[in-house]
Parts: sequence; structure tokens; C-alpha cells
Amino acid sequence: MTNNLIKIKEMKPLLQISDLHVSIAGNSILNGLNLTVNQGEVHAIMGPNGSGKSTLANVIAGREEYKIESGSIQYKGRDLFSMEVDERSLEGIFLAFQYPVEIPGVSNSNFLKSTINVHRVHRGLSELNALEMLKYVRSKMSSLEMDPDLLKRSLNDGFSGGEKKRNEILQMLLLEPSLAILDETDSGLDIDALRIVADGVNQLRSTDRSFIVVTHYQRLLAYIVPDFVHVLSNGKIVATGDKSLALKLEEEGYDWIKESPAVPA
Amino acid sequence: MSDDSMQTLEVHTQSEYKYGWSTLLDMDTFPKGLSEETVRAISLKKEEPEWLLEWRLKAYRHWLTMKEPDWANVHYPPINYQDIIYFAAPKKKLNSIDEADPELLRMFDKLGVPLEERKILAGVAVDAVVDSVSVTTTFKKELSTLGIIFSSFSEAVKEHPELVKKYLGSVVPYTDNFFATLNSAVFSDGSFCYIPAGVRCPMELSTYFRINAANTGQFERTLIVAEKGSYVSYLEGCTAPMRDENQLHAAVVEIIALDEAFVKYSTVQNWYPGDKEGRGGIYNFVTKRGICAGYKSKISWTQVETGSAITWKYPSVILKGDESVGEFYSVAVTNNRQQADTGTKMLHVGKNTKSTIISKGISAGYSNNSYRGLVKIGKRADGAQNFSQCDSLLMGDKCGAHTFPYLEVDNPNARVEHEATTSKIGEDQLFYCKQRGLSEEDAINMIVNGYCKEVFNELPMEFAVEAQKLLAISLEGSVG
Ligand SMILES: Nc1ncnc2c1ncn2[C@@H]1O[C@H](COP(=O)(O)OP(=O)(O)O)[C@@H](O)[C@H]1O
Ligand SMILES: [Mg+2]
Repeated sequence: MTNNLIKIKEMKPLLQISDLHVSIAGNSILNGLNLTVNQGEVHAIMGPNGSGKSTLANVIAGREEYKIESGSIQYKGRDLFSMEVDERSLEGIFLAFQYPVEIPGVSNSNFLKSTINVHRVHRGLSELNALEMLKYVRSKMSSLEMDPDLLKRSLNDGFSGGEKKRNEILQMLLLEPSLAILDETDSGLDIDALRIVADGVNQLRSTDRSFIVVTHYQRLLAYIVPDFVHVLSNGKIVATGDKSLALKLEEEGYDWIKESPAVPA
Repeated sequence: MSDDSMQTLEVHTQSEYKYGWSTLLDMDTFPKGLSEETVRAISLKKEEPEWLLEWRLKAYRHWLTMKEPDWANVHYPPINYQDIIYFAAPKKKLNSIDEADPELLRMFDKLGVPLEERKILAGVAVDAVVDSVSVTTTFKKELSTLGIIFSSFSEAVKEHPELVKKYLGSVVPYTDNFFATLNSAVFSDGSFCYIPAGVRCPMELSTYFRINAANTGQFERTLIVAEKGSYVSYLEGCTAPMRDENQLHAAVVEIIALDEAFVKYSTVQNWYPGDKEGRGGIYNFVTKRGICAGYKSKISWTQVETGSAITWKYPSVILKGDESVGEFYSVAVTNNRQQADTGTKMLHVGKNTKSTIISKGISAGYSNNSYRGLVKIGKRADGAQNFSQCDSLLMGDKCGAHTFPYLEVDNPNARVEHEATTSKIGEDQLFYCKQRGLSEEDAINMIVNGYCKEVFNELPMEFAVEAQKLLAISLEGSVG
């Protein structure tokens, strides 16, 4: 499906970020960021280390340490800042963490079961029982070529880097979000794992689901083809283009961005 | 955590103690005060043999020479031992449960401890102790066909005096410590349990303690004897009404495990903790000790301590038999103004003895939670091994967590490992759970339960579920 088709059909904004300023511990990190993500679109966000990519992802998910200085975010037509973290999740915002958290003693299967069921109840569906749950989770795990033994282990506890990332994508597949944000899910993955993760994302792509893919490397974007590529620098989007922009960044680095003014989308 | 979520949490903390009501029972009660007369009167009331009265009196006289311990990391105004009632009992003496005061049965129903046998959960025999006396013991007949004795302490004194005489005070002598000595003088009832050689007790044995009367101290005494090659799993639960004054609970538990016997003792302690400002609540000053007297014997303590205003308790094991094993698994939760100083002593005497200590402290509100543990490896204890892990979890910044591990090693061939961690409940973990749709409360419960899992795993199934619920209640709204 192409962008043009979506545009012709009708653009439904899912997420609208306007003039967002964010600071942490007194340092301003996002300085007037604007971004609109329509339903069905895949946006890639690239940028040098420390440019504020994770900050953006965390602010959308509702992490409390960040201070919103000014600006607004509309999500599904609502003021995102009035929604609690768990409500954002239940309303379809999913963040695949750059550094997934370990929770010792909490079994992966128990955790997945609880989260799937709160989402189901929120959507007015019945809870899945243990057997249905196992079937559902197993099927998604096998599509990600994950070892089913990971279900018995504590959540992310002692998982390898690759296992953690796959476990994030697994949760994304299970929770079927409206807006999935992938924060450097590709870093640290070998090429096979990368392809599996990308397949997971592509499996979920649809006209009413959107993605923000934060990445350093254009190699992921060869598998998950974005509709837009944005370059984040100094807390602002300084360039926007199509997938060819990612190639250019790969070849030329970020230096040229710093001199040129923002390129409108 | 933002002020906002802090407030949500604080609102939740105000959950009420569920067992805080009291029942009007027709009671037989002594006047307040402690003297030789009180001790004699208790003994007379219980129609005890002379030797037991003598033992009590020796204890009482010794107690008069003792000083209340002050080394624990807990603070409370001086206790006036003359202002306590030392004996209170529901009046009616029971021959069978059918004769029980209907109020009493309703009380236990309300507590969720069904005493009528037809209603009892298969697999748990219950001895219920209200204030000073045991009111009923269930499943006695079934157990006796296996030669298992499970009765109230008073009954055991009458029916098996030779066993009681042989083992009473053999692990915790009447001179042991201030509170144990007081208990030895005035103990009123408790449970007695004897498992004959080679018998595996087919059901969980359980004692349920309830303080009902006001101004009354509870001084129960439990004695468990496991003969060679026997096995028993013993459960202890407790509650008390909400009252503004503090009530003293000074119990003693003694366990004797002979060759290759295994005794598993689990406690879910939920005495009234006092209100948010620290008014009222139980002073839980308890001495629990077991001796692995025989070769390859094993004693395992598991405790989940969520109640009491103050907890002072160190379930311990004397590892005398060669290759014997001692275990201590503990979750101690303090919230609001609660104070806990709890831990264990593992005394390695025999060769190749092994002990494991897993302690999980959780502090919230303005509470103070200390782990205090001693591992002592004696001269003869070649090849002794200990592993200790003491973790503290802080919920908020107004509470305290302390660890006091003591180590005395007199044998160069011993191996002792100690690990300790203190952490705040992880913001990252909470955020991660909430990002997946879990509410703050569910997220906290999930993380804390995960933290306590090694201990909960040691509890029998029904108790583990109960413990998780209690934990959730004690911690509601506790992250700050
Ligand atoms: N918790 C924090 N405290 C202080 N500074 C932070 C914190 N998190 C991020 N920063 C700073 O904010 C800037 C942006 O970080 P981040 O959003 O993680 O960048 P990126 O993901 O693009 O590498 C960096 O300079 C980083 O040091
Ligand atoms: Mg980042």
C-alpha cells in the first residue's frame, strides 16, 4: 500500500505533536518539536546519540521524570498529557524499550497474561484462560522464533540482549497497539534477528495502525520500509524525507544536517 | 514518583485492618497483675501436676531477676507488667465442637477459619486458640490412628505428661530470655504435636491464634516433637481486634527433630498493627527455636510477617545432628509506624550441617524494618555451610531498613556466604509495568510478589495465596 493511497482515502491523524518543549533535570532536551503521525503510517526517527529520541518516546508513553515545558500532544483527538501511563497503554500506545527492564521473580508468562487480560477487559472482551493464553502466546512466539522456555523465566531476567528485544516485539504482537514506538529495537541484533523483528512489525502493519521507529541504522529500514524519515537534532526535527533520506544519512553522517535549515515534510 | 501518584498511593494505604472487630464472649477472666499467686492460679485453673507448677514458679522467680532486652532496633514506652491480664478464657468448657458458644463459631467463621469438621478444608487440621485457651482441635481422631498427637497444650499435659515433661524447655529453657521466661511462668495454652517414628503426617497441622479480650496478654506455647524419619508441616496464623492500647503477645515455640525427621513450620503473622499514627497494635515478642537433634534432620521456618506494632522474633535452629539442615525464609513487611526486628540464628554444632537464610524486608510509610541474624559455626562443625541472603526493599523515603548480620566462625573448614541488597522499588520497573497497561497498584503487587517469590514458594499453596493477599493489603498505597 502506498502513501498516496492513504492520502487519497483520507488522512486520519493519530498523534499530533505541536511545538513540544521538554526538559530533564533543568536541561532542555526537546526544543519545539512538531510531528504528525497519521493512521497507517510508519515514521522513522534518526539522529545522533543524545539528540532526544528516547526522550520523545518516553514522553509519549508518559514517563514522569520528564518535564513538559510547553506544547501539546493530541492522541486520538485527546489531550495525551491528561492520560495516565496505564491508560495510554490501554488506549493503544506501546513502547518497545531501548533497555527492557528486568523484574526478578515475576514470570514472563504471568506478566504477559496479566497485561493481555487488562487490555482485553479494556476492549470489552473476556479474559483468556490459562490454556487459551498459552496457545495465543505460543503462536506469536513461534513467529518470532523464540524459545518457549522463556515463558517460565522471570521477566527479562538474565535474557540476552536479543531475547529482550524479541520479548518486546512479542508483547507488541500480543497487545496489538494503535501506535507502536520502537526505540532502537534493532541495536545489538544480528541480521537474522533483525529480519525476524522486522517481520513481526510488518505482520502488524495495517491501515489503522501506526509506527514510530527510532533507529541509528538504515539497515532496519530496508526491512521496515518507512513512509517518512525524520532527523532529530538538538531536540528538533531538522529534516524530513522519504526512505532515501535514511540512505543519505548512512553515507554522509549527520554533519550536513547541522548546517542546513529544516526541510519541511 | 510524582506527587500525584504518591497521593493515589497514600489514599490506598488507608485500607482498614480486616480483623479488627471483637466478639462478646462469656469469659472467665483473672484480675490484672502478676505475682506468684497469678502463676499458681493459672496452674490450678488448668489442673496441672506439681512438677509443672514448680517449673512455672522457677521461671517466674528467675524472671524477677531479669531485665527487659533493649538491644533490638525497636522503641516503645515501658510495659507495665502489672497492668496486664494473664488469663482469660471463654467460660464454657467444650467436649465437642457442637457445644461451642455460637458466638465463638461465628467469630471463627468471620475470620475464615471454619471449625465444624464437615466444613473444614480437606487436609488441614486446626487447633484454635482464643485468648488464653485452645477452644477446639479438629481431625484429632483421624490423626490418632497414625499415632499422631495433635492437641491443645493443656490436654497434652494431662494425657501425655511424660512427653511434655521430657521436651518442655529442652530447646528454649525457662531461663532463656526475658519474654520466653515470662511465657514459661504464665503460658496458658497452645498446641502440642507429636509425630511418631516413620510417620508422614498426611495433612497440614494448623494452629490459629486469636486475641479477643481486651487488656489481655497472650502467652501460648507450642511444642512439636518429630520422631525418627517423620515429617510434618505446621501452619500458624493469627489476628487480633483493633484496640487503642497495645497488647503483649509473648509466645514460645519449641521444635525437636530426631534422626532424619523434617519439620516445616510456616507462619502468616497478621496481628493488629496499630493505626496509621501508631496507636495500638500488638507487641509480638516471640521466641521460636528448633533443634535438629538427630542425624540428617531438618527444620525449616517460613514466616510472612505483616502485622503487629512491633515484631521481635528470631526463629532459630540448633544444628546438632551431623548433616542436619536448617532453613529460614522470611518476608517481613512494615508500613505506617510499624517496627520489626526479626531474623534468625543458625547454630552449627554437628558436622556437614547446612543452613540457608533468605530474608526479604519491605518497608513503607514511616516504618522501621531490621534484619538481625547470627550464623555461628562451632569447633566441631567440619564442613558446615551457610548461605544468607538479606534483601531490603524501600517503598518511599521516610522508612528505614537495617541489616545486622553477625558471624562467628570457630572452624576453618566452614563455608559461609552472605549477600545483602537494599533497593528502592524500581521506578523503571513500575513504569515498564504501567506502560503495558497495569495499574500502579497491580504493578506494585506484581513487583513485590516477585521480590518475595523465593519465600512464598516455601509456603503451602493455600497459605501462599493468603500471604499474597495480605501483602497487597499491607502495602496498599505505600510507595512514596
Ligand atoms: N534521566 C536523565 N537525567 C538527565 N539527563 C538525561 C536523562 N535522560 C536523558 N538525558 C539527557 O537527555 C539527552 C537526550 O537523551 P535521549 O533522549 O536518551 O537521547 P537519544 O535517545 O537520542 O540518544 C541526553 O543529553 C541525555 O544525557
Ligand atoms: Mg535512546
